[in-house]
Amino acid sequence: MTFEPRHPVADPSQKQTFRHRLSGLSDRTIAWIFVAPSIALLLAINIFPLIWTIRLSLTNFRTNRPYAPVKWVGLQNYRDVLSDVGVWHSMLATAHFLFWTLFFQVLIGFTLAYLINKKFRGNDLWTTIIVLPMMLSPAVVGNFWTFLYQPQIGLFNYFIAFFTGIDPSSFSMIGDVSLAPWAIVIVDTWMWTPFVMLICLAGLRAIPESIYEAAECDRASRWRQFWTITIPMVLPFLMLAVLFRGIENFKMFDLVVQLTGGGPGDTTQLTSINLKREAFEKWHTGYASAYAVILFVTVFGLASIYVKALNKVKDR
Amino acid sequence: MRRGIFRAAVLAAAAMLASTGLAKAKDLTLCWAAWDPANALVELSKDFTAQTGVNMKFEFVPWTSFADRFLNELNSGGHLCDLMIGDSQWIGGAAENRQYVKLNDFFDKNSIKMDDFIPATVVGYSEWPKNTPNYWALPAMGDVVAWTYRKDWFSRPELQAEFKAKYGWDLAPPTTFDQLKQIGEFFQGREIDGKKVYGASIYTERGSEGITMGAMDVLYSFGFKYENPDKPYDMQGFVNSAGAVKGLEFYKALYDCCTPPGSSNGYMTEGIDAFKSGQVAMQMNFTFTWPGFNTDANVGGDKTGYFVNPKGPDGEQFAQLGGQGISVVANSENKDEALQYIKWFAQSKVQANWWKLGGYSCLKSVVDDPGFVSSQPYAEAFLNSMAIVKDFWAEPSYATLLQQSQARFHDYVVAGQGTAKEALDGLLKDWTATFKEDGKL
Repeated sequence: MTFEPRHPVADPSQKQTFRHRLSGLSDRTIAWIFVAPSIALLLAINIFPLIWTIRLSLTNFRTNRPYAPVKWVGLQNYRDVLSDVGVWHSMLATAHFLFWTLFFQVLIGFTLAYLINKKFRGNDLWTTIIVLPMMLSPAVVGNFWTFLYQPQIGLFNYFIAFFTGIDPSSFSMIGDVSLAPWAIVIVDTWMWTPFVMLICLAGLRAIPESIYEAAECDRASRWRQFWTITIPMVLPFLMLAVLFRGIENFKMFDLVVQLTGGGPGDTTQLTSINLKREAFEKWHTGYASAYAVILFVTVFGLASIYVKALNKVKDR
Repeated sequence: MRRGIFRAAVLAAAAMLASTGLAKAKDLTLCWAAWDPANALVELSKDFTAQTGVNMKFEFVPWTSFADRFLNELNSGGHLCDLMIGDSQWIGGAAENRQYVKLNDFFDKNSIKMDDFIPATVVGYSEWPKNTPNYWALPAMGDVVAWTYRKDWFSRPELQAEFKAKYGWDLAPPTTFDQLKQIGEFFQGREIDGKKVYGASIYTERGSEGITMGAMDVLYSFGFKYENPDKPYDMQGFVNSAGAVKGLEFYKALYDCCTPPGSSNGYMTEGIDAFKSGQVAMQMNFTFTWPGFNTDANVGGDKTGYFVNPKGPDGEQFAQLGGQGISVVANSENKDEALQYIKWFAQSKVQANWWKLGGYSCLKSVVDDPGFVSSQPYAEAFLNSMAIVKDFWAEPSYATLLQQSQARFHDYVVAGQGTAKEALDGLLKDWTATFKEDGKL
């Protein structure tokens, strides 16, 4: 008796051929197949916009004039950006913000990490408490610091008044030209020092105990151990933290907009705020594209040099 | 049996699809700012839905990001909004860039006459080019910058006596800016009911349009003009006239002498907070805030009074126009329903209801009604304010022009950099460059 299947079954030889075909692909081809979607995505969301931005930067295009003729202006937008006093002013404001936030965050972050690294009771609890600020949204932080800085009800002003004896409502941290640049430095330092601390802590915990034991045997003082063991071994981690925070603060926007709106005047108008105003408030799309390209090249160039230096330190 | 069930299922599915399609076609999205009048409009619009079956959806954005969000929407050709209650200054750009539907034919067909609306609102909210019968919006929400004051403080005998002894005139709502400053100085730092209070809350916000709205509200009455009335875009001697310089100096003096500490970045919300919390004796703000004060637990009822922007040194009296018109977005896929909404909104009974709910109608039949002035304690001040309005540029480049004035005014008034003359000369230079770029100069 023969048995006829009700549904046709695929020919086993055909299946083998397909498998054979698949297995016949080179490793390189299979690698490309896996990587291709990522590359396509990267091209679509990173490379294409970059090329488009460069193209726009060479035109007089304005997004709010869809029917106006678009003219090719060559490098004129770049010349305009580089000769704009406002741009240089915001570069200066950014440099001030960048330098002092990095300085304080590294100093305080490393100190905290050094202290937290010592074994003591409640160590984990303190670590958790210290890292809380960086878990908050920058918009929320900006908003509640405007209250802390409020001259009449702000705790910050009362804190300063308590130690100095001056009237708390006699100064406005975010309304005074000389204080506002420091007001944004203080808030960013408060928020992001824990991040630097965590990276430093990872560096400190990666130092083998045996090195300190050997130094003890050689009768090296604590001070000497700190300068010849701790600092050199934590330095790559510190540099990494500086790189991360440097890039982040170069493009700082939300926190400062929430705190000062770039004011008073344009005292705290950082480059990213200035760029946003040119692009989406004044609608100078071509000009803003050139501005963005210049910023991109600046950050990319500086970061590349810095990463090279970082690698040298690591390889030492 | 099975066949019957199948047929019934197909019919039910078809009916569902049809009803979904119908509902989709009858959804209208209205875009506006997130503020009290928007809530009133939601309430008002229920009547439109009941009458037409068209479901209303609302997209409200806070004022500080209102222009950012919706100008992006218009410029990117988005399809989010069918109806837009856009700011008065957007009208030039929206008309020239074909982002709003021109409404002339629709008005003619439906007998909607612009003569029926307050003239200043027609020019301010609907026309482009200005003073020509080309309409891109229906005046929707009348608004103007004016002042509130603490009536209960002003009426205290001991304060009245002290004020009269010091300044030689009765403590009352000011009719000139000099008087306003004197009242501000009088209240600044004074203790009332055990609490330190301050003179006035004024606009100083840097990010969007705050300080420009505030400064212009003063500058107009000091002689500032945008351009030569006989020669468009000729601004030399008008923007930076001696009167305009004095006006800007006055605004800075008012900021320095009479505002609460920490008022360096305040706009509508901060003004409302300062007044409601009993911090200031007077407050500059748009009239849309007034219904909120009138019913407030702390400052409501008889505690608050309302007055029109005072006169300048030469007796000129103007006020900064606020408010908006309602337009149909050219990209909308529901233009017919959107126009139907405008037709419904233009009816006099709907406009009367709009005023009752807290909106500010621009329809003459509502504001000229004999009962209007007594209908609310602030109605008269609103009406008088609307009669003296001036507005900022409504050019397609308004956003650039606005950012330039924001920077110049904030730099001088709040940051204290340079002089008023330098600020206005700088502004003239910025605006000239912008108009040159636009090919208008």
